[in-house]
Amino acid sequence: MSAVAAPLLELRGISKRFERKLDLAGRFARRLGARLSDETVHALDRVDLAIREREVVGLVGESGCGKSTLGRIVARLLAPSEGDRLWKGRPYREFEAERERRERLAVQMIFQDPYASLNPRMRIVDVVGEAPVVHGLVARSEREDYVAQMLQRVGMDATLMRRFPHQFSGGQRSRIGIARALAVKPRFLVCDEAVAALDVSIQAQVLNLFIRLREELALTYLFISHDLGVVRHVSDRVVVMYLGRVVESAPTAELYAHPNHPYTVALMAEVPRVDARRRQYVPIRGEIPSPLAPPPGCHFHPRCPRAFGRCREEAPRLKEVAPGHVSACHLNDPVSA
Amino acid sequence: MSALLEVTGLRTHFFTKVGVVKAVDDVSLRVERGRILGLVGESGSGKSMTGYSILGLVDEPGRIVEGSILLNGTELTRLDAAAWRRLRGNRIAMIFQDPMMTLNPVLRIDTQMTEAVLAHHAVSKHTALERARAALARVGIPSPDERLRAYPHQFSGGMRQRVAIAIALINNPDLIIADEPTTALDVTIQGQILSEVQKLCRETGAGLIWISHDLAVISGLADEVCVMYAGRIVESGSVVEILEHPMHPYTRGLLDSVPSRNTPGRPLSQIPGMTPSLLKLGAACAFRERCPRAIEPCGVAPAAREIAAHRTLRCVNPIA
Repeated sequence: MSAVAAPLLELRGISKRFERKLDLAGRFARRLGARLSDETVHALDRVDLAIREREVVGLVGESGCGKSTLGRIVARLLAPSEGDRLWKGRPYREFEAERERRERLAVQMIFQDPYASLNPRMRIVDVVGEAPVVHGLVARSEREDYVAQMLQRVGMDATLMRRFPHQFSGGQRSRIGIARALAVKPRFLVCDEAVAALDVSIQAQVLNLFIRLREELALTYLFISHDLGVVRHVSDRVVVMYLGRVVESAPTAELYAHPNHPYTVALMAEVPRVDARRRQYVPIRGEIPSPLAPPPGCHFHPRCPRAFGRCREEAPRLKEVAPGHVSACHLNDPVSA
Repeated sequence: MSALLEVTGLRTHFFTKVGVVKAVDDVSLRVERGRILGLVGESGSGKSMTGYSILGLVDEPGRIVEGSILLNGTELTRLDAAAWRRLRGNRIAMIFQDPMMTLNPVLRIDTQMTEAVLAHHAVSKHTALERARAALARVGIPSPDERLRAYPHQFSGGMRQRVAIAIALINNPDLIIADEPTTALDVTIQGQILSEVQKLCRETGAGLIWISHDLAVISGLADEVCVMYAGRIVESGSVVEILEHPMHPYTRGLLDSVPSRNTPGRPLSQIPGMTPSLLKLGAACAFRERCPRAIEPCGVAPAAREIAAHRTLRCVNPIA
């Protein structure tokens, strides 16, 4: 990638492990000779990601691949076990000082479930207006005007701000969630399955809103979704994850035209499309392995139709296969081909 | 030969304190043996309630107020509770959206599967177990003998849904009703299930009603499609006809709302507004407020008319 300036946001070698220690009974049983040990979920395994200013990066993968964990680490809702997060080329820990508060607000998150992510006992004016007042972005006296502005920006009637979340439909709640994120003037939005819970016709409305906001506010997005059609529609670049690792990353058109990794190829083939009728489904074998015990070597090898000896032993690294297109597969090495 | 299932003028209404909710309002559809009917609609369109009505699973305060449901020529709306019990799980089976809710978490898979056989057939426990094993193998579960002795929590989401499908298939039903069975599953697992289901329908000759909000899944799976909106089927026909030449503005709007390969970065055409409340449906066409083609006669909801063989439409100003 020929990024001249430092990327807006960069992750270097991010790993995240969730550990569950044995409880008292477990520790006792182990002492008596039971073969028990602490359980560790390897949610992310040395992930690198750089996102440039005004870029929309789509992150796709199946459940349990670590895409939501990655989103939460980017939004700083979770701390990584290892690795560095950089904002405009500076490590995040430099922003801990009070005067850098603005910078910390620059990344905001939009959540999947528009029903669970709004406090049912708060009026919309409080849901949207609380954070900007607390952070000193607007004076308390100007709060209502500000909330009205935010609601208009996401295409909602500002006169509804005294209502409670349950008085709104799913699509309207999504808009409220977006207005809440925009209220602290972010530069970067992490959208975690932000349209997955919506009906098709409403989903189109919210996707259009995301595209319009990007233009109006010069926003950068990390757009997490399991829906390859949605990701293709909004993203400039797509990153594919499988079981905690990035397996492929490329500009959107390139990835959909020439998927390189066997997992990406399979994923593309499985996606039901309106323009493919009465097709025969040719499924890929097997299930996604448990992140409690990921397979050795390439994580995809137990399901891969083209796996060979080396895939079982050595984890492939991301290598450039075309300009801006990287893929982690041993098949790309000339020696093994 | 007559159709396997023929539903005519079905109305299922809910009599609530605040008014009558017309969840299913004058629905007619037919399913042939070995064919797959896709029932598409957004949330609240009445697609699930249509399925429940066919299974006789409408709870108070709802009831079927009108219409006929013929399965193999037998009228289902007049059956008593005992007759329903003989029918359900035997001639008609249902696959639900969430397999975690349909499998009993404290019973082993073999108990749950043989129960389904023994409830309907006077066979030995051994035979029932044999059938359970065969059913698991048929839906592609590896080492079925071992898996029979497992509990539901020991299966992944995709495997659980396969078990649920195996239970639905175990008595070789004539009709299977599947309510969004792959919505909770991942794409690659969904692909596996869709391929199994498609194959099983062809092989066993069972008719299938596949209820879904996902046009893309339906387009790959179904033979015929019914599009539902606000309790009514607004358009029906073969999958190719409906998807390539939609005539109802709602179907057109739905298809245009799906991001496709031709639209990256461009605004999607969207249907304005939202689904109306089923409580406040007036005499007008329910889609009128959101419809770009609404005209004066839309003030009276149009009846379904047959515009070609096996193609119905409920619109006075259709797309030509």
